[in-house]
Amino acid sequence: MELTDENKKVLVEPLVENNPITLQVLGICSALAVTSQLSTALIMSLALTTVTAFSSAGIAFVRNHVPSSIRIIAQMVIIASLVIVVDQLLKAFAYEISKQLSVFVGLIITNCIVMGRAEAYAMKNPPWESFLDGIGNGLGYSLILVTVAVIRELFGSGKLLGIDVFPLIKDGGWYVPNGLLLLPPSAFFLIGLIIWAVRTWKPKQVEKADFSIQPAHGAVHGEAH
Amino acid sequence: MPESVNKNSEAAAVGFKDRLAGYVETAQVYAKPYLDLPNDSFKKTVAVALALCLVGAVVVSGSAVILRPLQERNKSKDEKVNILEVAELYQKGTDVDAAFKNIETRVVDLATGDYVDSVDAKTYDQWKAAKDPAQSESIPPAKDIASIKRKPKYAKVYLVKQDDGKLKTVIMPVNGYGLWSTMYGFIALEADGETVVGMNLYDQAETPGLGGEVVNPKWKALWKGKKVYNFSGKEVHESNLTEKGQTIEIGEVALGLVKGSVDPGRAGSEFQVDALAGATLTSRGVSNLVQYWMGRDGYGIYLAKLRNGRG
Repeated sequence: MELTDENKKVLVEPLVENNPITLQVLGICSALAVTSQLSTALIMSLALTTVTAFSSAGIAFVRNHVPSSIRIIAQMVIIASLVIVVDQLLKAFAYEISKQLSVFVGLIITNCIVMGRAEAYAMKNPPWESFLDGIGNGLGYSLILVTVAVIRELFGSGKLLGIDVFPLIKDGGWYVPNGLLLLPPSAFFLIGLIIWAVRTWKPKQVEKADFSIQPAHGAVHGEAH
Repeated sequence: MPESVNKNSEAAAVGFKDRLAGYVETAQVYAKPYLDLPNDSFKKTVAVALALCLVGAVVVSGSAVILRPLQERNKSKDEKVNILEVAELYQKGTDVDAAFKNIETRVVDLATGDYVDSVDAKTYDQWKAAKDPAQSESIPPAKDIASIKRKPKYAKVYLVKQDDGKLKTVIMPVNGYGLWSTMYGFIALEADGETVVGMNLYDQAETPGLGGEVVNPKWKALWKGKKVYNFSGKEVHESNLTEKGQTIEIGEVALGLVKGSVDPGRAGSEFQVDALAGATLTSRGVSNLVQYWMGRDGYGIYLAKLRNGRG
């Protein structure tokens, strides 16, 4: 199938312009949990991209026949079936990693990115476009996940994909690992910094403040209280 | 000859295509009245829900059935790795099957402590047996310190042999309840039947970072060299085993976790392992599991006979 310009836009836009994590701030939970190692982040990215793409395509395929009263549950049936299949595949072909990912693969079912794309895009667009939209959003999620995981694994344990990059002091090297990076809060800080960086680069993404804070009385007159 | 085969398979392919097209057409005919209904009608809601569930069920069960053999192979390999690990025979890259050749799997009758040959050790699964009323017995609540409710009549042991055929290590599967989950693992003892080689709880769902630290290699290393039994305790005489006029000491299970760090100089430190910080209940669970499985109801009799010189 040929990619039209519209297709390309759907595929590329979620990478930076409309990234599900940095702009829509969806799917944060798993982004915190699986990014302490690059290998788990990669597998999780692959799993989520596959599920988003195929569930969007599946939902788009039946979209004209889904009664609106059972819309969400119908989407969930499709998403959940695919997640179970992915989980089974991981258990069969990547057993070690599936043990590390444990519940997080199952939690793709409730991942806001999958649900969000199903509801926002796949219910209104044909299967092929929805499939590309799923791939695009999955890749957007993957981009952030991999970035965060590279930083966390490299500076947290001096390794990348389990291979030593910085020799650690305890093994006679020079690098003192930053233990904070292995803890979930560090992913919060990193994602926050990435959002800041992206919004500085693309000021259009900065949201308007819902309300403005009234300057303090003292500040107006320049008096100290 | 090959041509006719080709023609046959071609014909079969065409036949298959025709049949498939036929099925699709039939399906369309049957589905049409429903697809034409307004989306929000009751009938269509039910029909769509049923159809989606049916497709989902087929996909899920299909993948489960097709992938089961692969998953089971992974699982059994993982179990073998755990067994090798607890006996200190595993490093990254070890050929699991080759390393497992030195390990003999036997089935033991827990009540008599003797080997049982009527059960195939290779396929016997003692945790499955523990759920089967015919192959297990329920443990009276007063004795059920590990909170496992049922125990199998027969249990598995893995015997690591030296090159000269002498027993080096005996590995026993154990289980017990922690805080959230029943923990499954292995305890490995030296051939003397009392010195710990390793302890490995591989299947558990305790709080990550607290009770979940039972998988921490540093903590697991603390078990090495500890002794299980105290032979000078007062319970010793009550629990002795008399067989063929001979008295065999089972001993009192003294091994357990203690709070604070273990001072290696203090008397009794050979029976003590550091408890897990911030995980009182998981630590208690681990102590109880050792207490139960090393005791008379668990492998106690088997190990007593082992110490007494039965090969």
